[in-house]
Parts: sequence; C-alpha cells; structure tokens
Amino acid sequence: MPITPATLTESHEPAADGQDYIWTLNFGPQHPATHTTLRIVLKLDGERVVDALPDIGYLHSGFEKLGESLDYNQYVTVTDRMNYISPMANNVAWHGAVERLMGLELTPRCKYLRVIVAELARISDHLLCNGAVGLDVGAFTYFLYAFNRREDLYDIFETVCGARFTNSYTRVGGLMYDATDLFIEKVRAFVRTFPKTLDDMDRLLNRNRIFIDRTKGVGVLTKAEANSRSCTGPVARGSGVARDLRKDEPYLSYPDFDFQVCCATAGDCFARYLVRMAEMRESLKIVEQAIENLPSGPVNVDIGRRAALPNKRMVYSTIEGCISHFELEMTNRGFETPVEESYAAIEAPNGELGFYIAGDGTDVAYRARCRPPSYIHFAVFPHLIRGHTLSDVVAVLGSLNIIAAELDR
Amino acid sequence: MPARSETIAALKSAYPQLTESEFRGQTRVVVPAEQLIAVASILKDERGFDLLVDVTCVDYLNFRDAEYRFGLVYLLASTTGNERITLRVYLNEPHLSVASLVSLWEGANWLEREVWDMFGIRFEGHPDLRRILLPEEFTAFPLRKDYPLQGRGERHNFPVLTRNQG
Repeated sequence: MPITPATLTESHEPAADGQDYIWTLNFGPQHPATHTTLRIVLKLDGERVVDALPDIGYLHSGFEKLGESLDYNQYVTVTDRMNYISPMANNVAWHGAVERLMGLELTPRCKYLRVIVAELARISDHLLCNGAVGLDVGAFTYFLYAFNRREDLYDIFETVCGARFTNSYTRVGGLMYDATDLFIEKVRAFVRTFPKTLDDMDRLLNRNRIFIDRTKGVGVLTKAEANSRSCTGPVARGSGVARDLRKDEPYLSYPDFDFQVCCATAGDCFARYLVRMAEMRESLKIVEQAIENLPSGPVNVDIGRRAALPNKRMVYSTIEGCISHFELEMTNRGFETPVEESYAAIEAPNGELGFYIAGDGTDVAYRARCRPPSYIHFAVFPHLIRGHTLSDVVAVLGSLNIIAAELDR
Repeated sequence: MPARSETIAALKSAYPQLTESEFRGQTRVVVPAEQLIAVASILKDERGFDLLVDVTCVDYLNFRDAEYRFGLVYLLASTTGNERITLRVYLNEPHLSVASLVSLWEGANWLEREVWDMFGIRFEGHPDLRRILLPEEFTAFPLRKDYPLQGRGERHNFPVLTRNQG
C-alpha cells in the first residue's frame, strides 16, 4: 500500500469511547529530531500515537550495487558513509569480512590498532546517541558535554589517518598507516580525562527527574521481542539479551582484554541509555589495555601473501617488494579471492554489523551485502511507539540510534 | 561459530537429503524452497535459533558454474547456545517465490521486503510485501545483475513537482 494522501484519509473504525477522529501527522523527512532524513507517518488520537508508518529510502544510494563494482580496498570509502557516526567500526567490519573470505591472518599490532579505533568509534557513537537523546528530551547542556569530547576523538582519528570524519583507515591485510607516537599520546590523554566526562554526564542525567520521566517505561521492548525482531547491540542488551560478539565470537584481539558485557533488563529508553553509558566505560578499559600493551612489529600482513601494499623502502630496494607492488597495482592482477561466500560480523556500536561477501576470484566482490543494524532496529519502531504520546517519538527514535545513511544505504 | 553436530543431526533426521558444507567455520545447509518453513521451525523450536540475523540474496547470473539464478541466504543465530547456521535456498526463473518467515521471526518482515525490493523475489504469506527503499513507482529490481550500475534513466525521468503544482 503506497503512502499517498488517499490512503491516509481512509475512514477508521471509531474508537471505543466514541471518539471518531484520528488525525495524521507527517514526521519528517525534514525534521531536526529525525537527525537525518527519514519519514514517519503518525496516526494520532489526540496526542496518543495509534500507529506509525515508517517511510524510508530518502537516502538510498545503492551502496550494495556499488560494492559490486569497486574493489575491496576502494569500497571501504563507501562503508565510511553508512554509519558516519562511527566510520572506523564500519571500516573494521568491512575488511574483517574481506579477510575472513580470503583467510588472512592479521599481525598482532594491526589487530590491537583495529581494536583501539573500533572502541574509540564506539565511544564516539554512544556519546552522540546519548547526547542526542538528551537534546531531544530537553537536556541541551548534556548534549554539549557529550559533543565536546567527540571533538577529541575526531582529533585522534585525524592524527592516525589524516581524515576526521570519513576515515577509510583499514586496508585488506592491514592499515593505511601505522600508529605514531603522537596518536598514542593523544589516546593516553583521552583515557586519562574521559572518566571525568562520564562522571559529569552520569551526574547530569542519571538521577534527573525530568529525564527519567521522559524515558522510563517508554518504548518497552521485551527480551523475547528483541530476539524475534532481530535486535542486537545495545538495543537487545537493554532488554536483557546477554549477547556481545566481542565475547561470544571473539574476533581481532578481544580475548586479550578484560571487560564486561553491559546489560539491563527493563528494555525501555532509560535502560538503553544506561547500557550505552556503561559500555563507554568498558570501551575505555579496552582502549587503555590495548594502548599500554600495543605489540611492536609490522601492521600489514607478510609480503608473500600479496594482499597489502609493501612499504616504499621495500618497493625500491627489494625485488619481492617491487613485484608485489607492481602486481597489486595492475588492474588485471590484484589479489585473488576464493570463489566462495562468507559472512563476518563485528559488534559495532549499534549492534551486529556484518558483511556477507560473495567472492568470484577477482578483487571485486560479486555481492557485498551489509547487515545494517539501523535498518533492523527501525523496523521495531512502530511497535515501540504504539500507545505512547507524540513527544515520546523523539525519545524512542533517539534511543534506537537510527542513522538514516545506514538505514537506506 | 560453526553449527554443532547435534544441530546437523537434528536436521538430517527429519530431512536426510539436506546437504551441508563448511567454509571458514561457517556451516551452510542447502534447503529446497518448499521445505524452508519446516527446516526453519525445527531450528527455531528444537535447536534454539531465536535470532534471524539477516536475509539476503545473491544473483548468480554471471557467476562461474552457477546452476541457479538466485540464491537466498538466511543467517540464523542462537543467542543462548552461541551457534550460527546459514540456510541457502536456490531459485530459478520463473519460480521466484519462497515462503515467508515472518510467522517465525518478526524481524524477517523488513529484511524480506528489501529482498523483494532489490531482487523481485516473492515471499508467500508476507503481511506487507511492498517496496521499501525504492519508490512505489519503480519497476526494475536494481540488485539483479542484468540491471546496469548507472540505472536505466529512472532518476532523470522521475516526475518532478514544482512549487506551483504542489
């Protein structure tokens, strides 16, 4: 049924209490509280939401089709633009999936660096998500506290890869650049100062009467529903599903670190907020352990594997480096992938972010499917909002952390 | 995480002709389209696969040695048993339809709608099978391999409303 004016004015059954009108409100696509471009058609009875019809696709840009024409290293720039709040996590997910397909084992230093940037991306994502929930329900100061520290994270990303926003930091079999001393110094400074920010943020909202009234008991998702509706990440953990891929299916170097999986049982917006706050502390613990125990050695896989470009010194002074560089640059050589299909996922800030890649022997994916957590969580939205008031729409939307670029891809 | 041998045994005892394969620690089971619901319910009810991770599709039009045009991919996981399994359903034209899994997992709703939108595969029994990412008026299925990367001009020929008409 297309959403047209005709279908919206269809007659509805009169309400039991004799109220025979239901009116329609167009929420978005241009609305500050949608954060990006998505549209919800709300059917309202007074101020109460009777039904919500999501209408998405405004930002659909054919990312999966592009994945079939860009090679494995080029496509990482597209993954930046999916969930642009935490592009580092998308980079790590994409190349993790490519390396799973190719059967590449990364170097220890590369694994640690990927963990550090992925966890910093998680902090950055949760800061924005929680900050925006605060902003949407009226806590503007809280939003500034969160956004202020995201600036430091952007500085760290700029130090390590040169780009602040669209990082494209990973490469097949390694990373674009090795970490510098300045990067390590900046991460250490962040680890030192960030707990104070978290304490401030906790003190601002955790016991704030207005915030609690606006979020507690709003948008309740039970554990069974969370599983049935394919929820993952903080949304599922807020409902008591103790599933975290970092623990359950350890990838990269997560087994080396000591951290907890954060869960809540209430399943409402407040529970999701608390889970995200707690996860930031755990992420910080991981970053601290990783940066202090950062292994030395190369970041890219061995030159014999012919996946990552050799460094300049090798290209100019060794025959293997020269040949390897030449072959990787030639359009009809590149690296080889098996004619097989595989799926690999990471615990992205928003939930399970996975890529299903079908390889056809060349260095371009035959099919590059992204499992987008935002898309799956937005499908839950009409269910969560039914029966709540119009002002709860923004609280529920914010707590699901819908990023429309990832939603529509 | 590969599927446990008990899971495979449970499937094989009900449907002995199912074939499974493994690649990089992932277990894949090829299921005939008509048995999909039955196999999925065994996995859900008896083996605790309570999470439908993803539903997607691959168009094998230009794929080497492919016997089928489309291959659906169902990624299932168990949140309690920490186990994963992939179901593959192969379809050939003109029979591009398969039973919908919305009755088992609510999460299949939008995932199947996206496959319909992008590949044109019908899901029988789906409560609301209409386009989701593309506009209603769109006629092609863009993730099929015979659809060109730059489109067929839909974007340029799209009706535009000016301010006066609106």
